[in-house]
Amino acid sequence: MGHESSVPLFWRLIKTRYQLIGTKCMTCGNKFYPPKSLCPVCRKEGKLEEIKLGKTGKILTFSIVRSAPTGFDKETPYPVAIIELDDGPRLTSQIVDWKEEDLKIGRRVEACFRRIYTDGEEGIINYGLKFRPI
Amino acid sequence: MIGIVGYGGYIPRFRIKVEEIASVWNADAKALKSGLNVEEKSVPSIDEDTATIAVEAALNALKMAGIDPKEIGAIYVGSESHPYAVKPTSTIVGEAIGCGTEFTAADIEFACKAGTAGIQMVMGLIQGGYIKFGLAIGADTAQSKPGDALEYTAAAGGAAYIIGKNGIIAEIEGTFSVSSDTPDFWRREGIEYPSHGGRFTGIPAYFKHVVSATKGLMSKLSLKESDFDYVVFHMPNGKFPLNAAKMLNIDLEKLKPGLVVQKIGNTYSGSSLLGLASTLDIAKPGQRILVTSYGSGAGSDSFSIKVTDLIEEKRQKTKKIQDFIDDKEYVTYAHYTRLRRGI
Amino acid sequence: MKVAVIGVGITKFGEHWDNNLRELAIEAGTKAIMDAKIRGSDIDSIYLGNMSAGRFIGQEHVAALVSGELGLSIPAIRVEGACASGGIALREGILSILSGQNDIVLVGGAEKMTDLMTDSTTTALMGAADQEWEAYYGLTFPSLYAMIARRHMFEFGTTREQMAKVAVKNHHNGSLNPAAQFNKEITIDEVLNSTMVADPLTLLDCSPITDGAAALILCKAELAKKYTDNPVYIIGSGQASDTLALHDRRSLTTLDATVKAAQVAYKQAGITVNDVDMAEVHDCFTIAEIVATEDLGFCKKGEGGKLLDEGATELNGRIPINTSGGLKAVGHPVGATGVKQAIEIVLQLRGEAEKRQIKDANIGLTHNVGGSGATAVVHVFSR
Repeated sequence: MGHESSVPLFWRLIKTRYQLIGTKCMTCGNKFYPPKSLCPVCRKEGKLEEIKLGKTGKILTFSIVRSAPTGFDKETPYPVAIIELDDGPRLTSQIVDWKEEDLKIGRRVEACFRRIYTDGEEGIINYGLKFRPI
Repeated sequence: MIGIVGYGGYIPRFRIKVEEIASVWNADAKALKSGLNVEEKSVPSIDEDTATIAVEAALNALKMAGIDPKEIGAIYVGSESHPYAVKPTSTIVGEAIGCGTEFTAADIEFACKAGTAGIQMVMGLIQGGYIKFGLAIGADTAQSKPGDALEYTAAAGGAAYIIGKNGIIAEIEGTFSVSSDTPDFWRREGIEYPSHGGRFTGIPAYFKHVVSATKGLMSKLSLKESDFDYVVFHMPNGKFPLNAAKMLNIDLEKLKPGLVVQKIGNTYSGSSLLGLASTLDIAKPGQRILVTSYGSGAGSDSFSIKVTDLIEEKRQKTKKIQDFIDDKEYVTYAHYTRLRRGI
Repeated sequence: MKVAVIGVGITKFGEHWDNNLRELAIEAGTKAIMDAKIRGSDIDSIYLGNMSAGRFIGQEHVAALVSGELGLSIPAIRVEGACASGGIALREGILSILSGQNDIVLVGGAEKMTDLMTDSTTTALMGAADQEWEAYYGLTFPSLYAMIARRHMFEFGTTREQMAKVAVKNHHNGSLNPAAQFNKEITIDEVLNSTMVADPLTLLDCSPITDGAAALILCKAELAKKYTDNPVYIIGSGQASDTLALHDRRSLTTLDATVKAAQVAYKQAGITVNDVDMAEVHDCFTIAEIVATEDLGFCKKGEGGKLLDEGATELNGRIPINTSGGLKAVGHPVGATGVKQAIEIVLQLRGEAEKRQIKDANIGLTHNVGGSGATAVVHVFSR
């Protein structure tokens, strides 16, 4: 995110971000997050429907950000990870409520609602899902 | 019959001990701990705020209630630390729990009784036949001036209640409120920390309203102290609720399960609601709970709540308040200062 | 296919407090034109690789800026593919000649990154990743490659020491390269103990923030001897794409785009990886070089670390990698890197690489990647 958080850019994805809403292709059975308007596997043969994904999964890989981009400097160090949801799709987010021993490939995690970014003193607050060890 | 269909709490994991704060200000930790009857308080993580706490509590309440979130017709979030001065927390909660767009919502402010006020509001909408289920939340990430007495207790946490007529786990038998223009504790617009009237916050404020609301409720419902198995009063510290109980000749044992303040501090709009949740976590069917909140400025909402048979099965579904209390990590004053700035 | 390189020009890479983008681009461009012994008016088109002048210096429309400064009114095209911008610009220049549309083309790459504070630069560079699904959550480029490194260590036992050897080797090569940002040698211990940026990558595992420009002159193969006795030919060009977000890839330890681009380039050149004498690969982070050597076929998947233990990729090894010093030591002015890589191979094949010269250099390869692997471009060069 840059210095200014675009309101429409954030608003458009609120439902997807807050509720972990993805799409399932009824033709090939693949689930996607974020939701897709075109199935990359079936392309024009694909038939996509909205689904709500389960909030648990496991860590596939991780790192700890110590040198942050604009707006995230007060939070360092914070872990980031690629998580594979139990329902299938993979996504990237931060890990919260963590100890050293939680940062392991395979560690089980669940989604929780947190602030992602605050646009200074006057701008809007971006919320979303991060993941905590379970 | 109208009552609680599901409830859920959320308490952030970080804690800071009274000794840790006292060491920075050269204060007498021992005297403070015994004077306040508080050991430590909860501290929100840098990415937590009233909205995130409200959402987590609401999701837990939904898990217990087992209803389709789209059936929720009203959402009220009571707090004195809403993330925005203008832009409701309640719609953020609505979006996060997936209740669609067909609901009414508003944010409430009445110091620490904003959450219970919300319960009364949804009760009215349900009883009037306007909605099927209503969600009322009390949550706060309380701020206090560094070095002020409030610093030892101003904490973070919240609880959510889904109210309705179907699938009730605890009936709300009745409610009674008192309100008056009593400026015991306040915060002016644009000012960062609240101010208070010192000892004035006691007898003319907290005790006057808690006691009169409780008496008023008991009189209205023709109930006596002995009709209640548990009692929850708003907890600005661990002493005031016990003193109020003494004034009302209530056995102090009845307050024990709800006295969460000792381990998590004063969660403001979340206080009496978390105390109630903690009590509901252990109450048996048929037992009766008295809850009286207190909000500075000032007022009290009192409720008589009777547990039903449905509670034992349904409350298995979410994390217990005691589990939140026990899931903790201590921080130093330096770390606490960094976290308090928020993002 | 066959396209000739008849001229090269490069600025010193580093923090250019006194120069802005246009000055750097013109310096590289005029050097290349003079090296080719052509006149500006001989050029048919300009292809300029530049990732993010808009965010770094508030300037878009940069190809027109450069052609204007050169006093030319020819077609000028800015090419963007994140860190692969330079490599893609080269490919576009090649294709325009093969199409018959152009005879002589100026391919350039330039980036001016140091006018912003570090956190703003870090944010701008994340434009190469998925804005909504990676950058939104506070990811940085080092953290993306750190996640690749973590997975590579988990799946293949690659160690931090092996990654550190990439930095040590490339700094050694860079100390022999006058254009390099860093001329100092470093040790494995210095790499391991430098400030952690995104675990397990330290500051010395990461390529720096750099200003710089590089340019080459391409011409139709049949015309090459008219301009130079020592042409170098590009005989293979491959490019491939993959998902923007790292989490959407088929594998977290292989850049499929590199594999595909290399396959196309090798086929076009009529060679296999065993014919390659040296390569400039995309070492934006030390782990990236290890993964690249695997994906290009220099070793089996998972054995990239071993190559470093064996010293196989050093200047006197069996397959020298990043003789220039790589992105690590030369610096990484994003849009310029792909072109600088090509220049190093050209210098080597001409025999003009001075202290870095590899003996019997006949076939060289460049490998340029965009973002965390969403774009890869591979070129094969021959004498």
